[in-house]
Amino acid sequence: MSLVRATVRRDLLLAARNPGEWANPLMFFLMVAALFPMAVDPNPEFLAKIAGGVIWVAALLATLLSLDSLYRADVEDGSLEQWLASGESLYAMSLGKALVHWCISGLPLTLMSPLLGVMLHLPEEAYFALFISLAVGTPVLSLLGAVGAALTASLRSGGLLLALLILPLYVPVLIFAASAVYHAGIGMAYNGQVAMLGAMLALALALTPFAAGAALKLNLSR
Amino acid sequence: MWQWLVRLYHRLGSPKWFYEMTERWIFWLALAAGGSAIVGLVLGLLYAPADYQQGDSFRIIYIHVPAALLAQSAYMMMAVAGAVYLIWRMKMAAWVAKVIAPVGAAFCLIALLTGAIWGKPTWGTWWVWDARLTSMLMLLFLYFGVMALQQAMESEEASYKAGAILALVGLVNIPIIKYSVEWWNTLHQPATLKLTEKPSMHPDMLWPLLIMIVSTYLFFALVVILRTRNEILWHERKRQWVRKILES
Repeated sequence: MSLVRATVRRDLLLAARNPGEWANPLMFFLMVAALFPMAVDPNPEFLAKIAGGVIWVAALLATLLSLDSLYRADVEDGSLEQWLASGESLYAMSLGKALVHWCISGLPLTLMSPLLGVMLHLPEEAYFALFISLAVGTPVLSLLGAVGAALTASLRSGGLLLALLILPLYVPVLIFAASAVYHAGIGMAYNGQVAMLGAMLALALALTPFAAGAALKLNLSR
Repeated sequence: MWQWLVRLYHRLGSPKWFYEMTERWIFWLALAAGGSAIVGLVLGLLYAPADYQQGDSFRIIYIHVPAALLAQSAYMMMAVAGAVYLIWRMKMAAWVAKVIAPVGAAFCLIALLTGAIWGKPTWGTWWVWDARLTSMLMLLFLYFGVMALQQAMESEEASYKAGAILALVGLVNIPIIKYSVEWWNTLHQPATLKLTEKPSMHPDMLWPLLIMIVSTYLFFALVVILRTRNEILWHERKRQWVRKILES
């Protein structure tokens, strides 16, 4: 456990001292969301309708962008060999890494989402739904993405491949989250969708670290 | 029975046994697949009555439904074969999983294309964002992901393992994707065949469909066996028994 704690601490510290790591995906998030009014229609009534979906798609892409580097440094500098040699549980390790990733990507995205809501004229009733769906949904994105990142960690052109592998797996999260925001916006109940997101989070927390752990081992059998 | 299964499993692990065994199966499999395809298509295209609403355009069902069924079960077979490889390190399973991927993707594509062709006269559009279509599209993307990942890996062993892990993650996700999109939006007619209910189709229409489904599965088995045999020949090319075959 101490190794996991040390790695989590190190990664958080690295992110804190190198703000680009977490700030760049955030800026990307802002810019992607800003493209839609320019490309489609700046009319507030129209924007209110698509705001939830646009913010969620932007969040999803921003998460993908930062996933690519999740394990790459560890594979390149030999940390991965040390983890395997230490006998530490890879389950705990990949869980820890996914949580670090969420802290530097999903959490800031969640905190910044109201700003995007204002930009895209999100209906007032939908702010809480947006916030809660991001808070519950983005950890699922990090956990699933960590599997893909572990699979592609030692590949040179991993980034694009990672997107191909992971995007279809993100579809259920996107559907339920965007529908929660939309239904909140038209004044309907959205607790069902949030509950489904919570169920997905529970499932992902329990299962994905196994897959990510198994995938991490592959990077040694090159 | 159990003993027999265990013995069969151990034998299946031997490339040589598989190669020699399937030598005899190929002809009969091809005959059965081809024969049932001819019977099913003739019955379906010429003798089945036209649908009272959709007219003759419904006849594409005899390609569409078998392909869609097969595309889904092929993914399951690929994931199971991958799991067998991950757990027991059985090389044959890895080769089978590898050769299933492109075949399954091809059937997925056939299902999507025939669906589009069927959708034009029935719904008036090639494509709608309907639950079933969307989940088939996602299935196609999952197939592409597995194939792309296997191709990108440098070592062969890593490519098998990575493909298997991804296929298993996808397998858990398929039902979630299916139900989430179904809940999201559906326009598609309900499933033609359900195991738990009496079919809603007239027997004259149903029989050709069942025959076509059997035929498609036989064809799939044939293709997978042929492709697996190629994999065996390639990987065992330095073995004595393969050399003997290649020389003769």
